Amino acid sequence: MDRTAATLIAALMALLAAASLVWMFQGIGGGNRAFILHLRATKLAGLVVVGAAVGIATVLFQTVAANRVLTPSIMGFDALYVLLQTGLVAALGVAGFAALPVAAKFLAEVAAMSLLAGLLFGTLLGRGARDIPRTILTGVILGVLFRSLSTFLARIMDPNAFAVVQSVSFASFGSIDAALLPMAALIMAGCVAGALWLAPRLDVLALGREVATSLGLRFDRLVLVTLGLVGMLVSVSTALVGPVAFFGLLVAGLAHGLSPSARHAVLLPVAGLIGAAILVAGQTLFERLMGQTGTLSVVVEFAGGLFFLFLLLKGRVR
Amino acid sequence: MIRINGLSHHIGPAPILHDINLTLPRGKLVALIGPNGAGKSTLLRLIARLEPLQRGRVEIDGLDLASTPTERLALAMAVMGQQTQIASRLRVAELVGFGRWPHHQGRPRPADREAVENALEAFGLGPLRHRFLDEISGGQAQRAHLAMTFAQGTDWLLLDEPLNNLDMAHSRALMARLAELVRGSGRSVVTVVHEVNYAAAWADHIVAMKGGRIVAEGPADTVLTEQVLSDLYDTPIEVSRHDSRPLVLHHHWHDQLGAPYPKASDADRFPLH
Ligand SMILES: Nc1ncnc2c1ncn2[C@@H]1O[C@H](COP(=O)(O)OP(=O)(O)OP(=O)(O)O)[C@@H](O)[C@H]1O
Ligand SMILES: [Mg+2]
Repeated sequence: MDRTAATLIAALMALLAAASLVWMFQGIGGGNRAFILHLRATKLAGLVVVGAAVGIATVLFQTVAANRVLTPSIMGFDALYVLLQTGLVAALGVAGFAALPVAAKFLAEVAAMSLLAGLLFGTLLGRGARDIPRTILTGVILGVLFRSLSTFLARIMDPNAFAVVQSVSFASFGSIDAALLPMAALIMAGCVAGALWLAPRLDVLALGREVATSLGLRFDRLVLVTLGLVGMLVSVSTALVGPVAFFGLLVAGLAHGLSPSARHAVLLPVAGLIGAAILVAGQTLFERLMGQTGTLSVVVEFAGGLFFLFLLLKGRVR
Repeated sequence: MIRINGLSHHIGPAPILHDINLTLPRGKLVALIGPNGAGKSTLLRLIARLEPLQRGRVEIDGLDLASTPTERLALAMAVMGQQTQIASRLRVAELVGFGRWPHHQGRPRPADREAVENALEAFGLGPLRHRFLDEISGGQAQRAHLAMTFAQGTDWLLLDEPLNNLDMAHSRALMARLAELVRGSGRSVVTVVHEVNYAAAWADHIVAMKGGRIVAEGPADTVLTEQVLSDLYDTPIEVSRHDSRPLVLHHHWHDQLGAPYPKASDADRFPLH
């Protein structure tokens, strides 16, 4: 790794650390210090996990899709997760759903999600389907399909079930599901380790099917594995805060723009750090300094959406 | 050598290659010629395992294509496609560096760096090494891709129209380099060329394809004749001699102004869908 890359990563780490410190200690005092710190630490961990997961998932996905305007959520990954969740509630009933041990349930969902993501999107992105408009369209349609299936399932369920489903259907960085956090953090760490291990191979994958194959890379297998990782990372972030559509696009765009090298060993940590730093700094700004708990998701989604439009209008789809 | 037995290929219902049996000798510069749509690229891509084999067998120096791990094949042959588009934003030296991937799988050693330097040098890419691929000319990009293929350092080089975009001097330099690889280092080159005079001047062995079949093969003197070439391209062609080699003339047919396009080949005629 060259010096500019190392400097960039160090600077991003410093930024994240500074934002985290402000988040943890701003306006603290009085009696229940320990309690507040614990609360804040939990939330901080959640924001970091989600930001990193979204950033890294998006970079991985864009490499596999060979295109810079797609994100897992534009392609319906998180809608698939919500559908999976709804299906589970519908099949088990609210009581049954609630009775399942949280960690086991989550693990099963993540496993199912990575399998489905690999199969479904692997087929979609497979041979010859690299025609961008068609891929976007298919993804959008799949997303709508998954969402309406979820809504349909929710409609025929009782109101309680509907409420359970609603809670996972919208993004909210203010209320992170703390029960899932340890497991989510573990899965995220595993995925990041896996992605970093694959980084040199991902560089070859990014050269395209032809060149990668002639260099002896097992292209299709790596695409499947990578999509599996993306599926897990999206499950993690969706389970913790709900679906985020355009945030990943913003993060991946910044990562590609800032990173001095197209190497994944640099891109992936940069994307993870940018994602985490934006969420922590943003939540500190909105929740602490402006007293607006729910605003961050709207703002990052809006910024990401604008960025998406910008990319489309500039024709920078690669 | 490369041994091809009973190789047939379809795309959808359209037959592209018909039962090809061909042996490509080791240590030779082999030129693959033939009209557009003859199946040259398809044949090369099949040998290079860029397309799955449908029927038939291909063997490279005793390695069966269907059963040899792809990592192992990458140490035996390097491939340059007819149109290679790289989506990621890379510098010239980085691209050439990927040619060493089969040897180091991500952890380059000094020998790998040296091979990259040699390849950059060999293609006059030294001054361009830090430029991005999307900021250089078509011919420069072509040379960068060629350098990557060279850096791979394999016994076999399969090149699909490597002269695309190259000016006269670079075309000649490339053919000379290929010939040097073959005669100096005993490597084997199979290359598609459209400009038959490059084949006439440099190739040891010429394979002519048309309509998904091999229609002629042998040394330049037997393949590059008026009869064979006129039939191959469905167009009148004159062959003269220069330096005891055939010299193919096809630019001097003023009376052919407004002549019809060459008639469709077999492969062109099949409906695809
Ligand atoms: N993806 C494809 N789908 C359908 N037909 C194809 C496809 N690729 C090639 N073909 C057909 O296969 C035949 C052989 O194509 P190929 O690319 O091998 O020809 P070629 O000899 O390399 O021609 P050129 O000199 O133009 O490069 C042609 O008739 C072509 O139309
Ligand atoms: Mg061709």
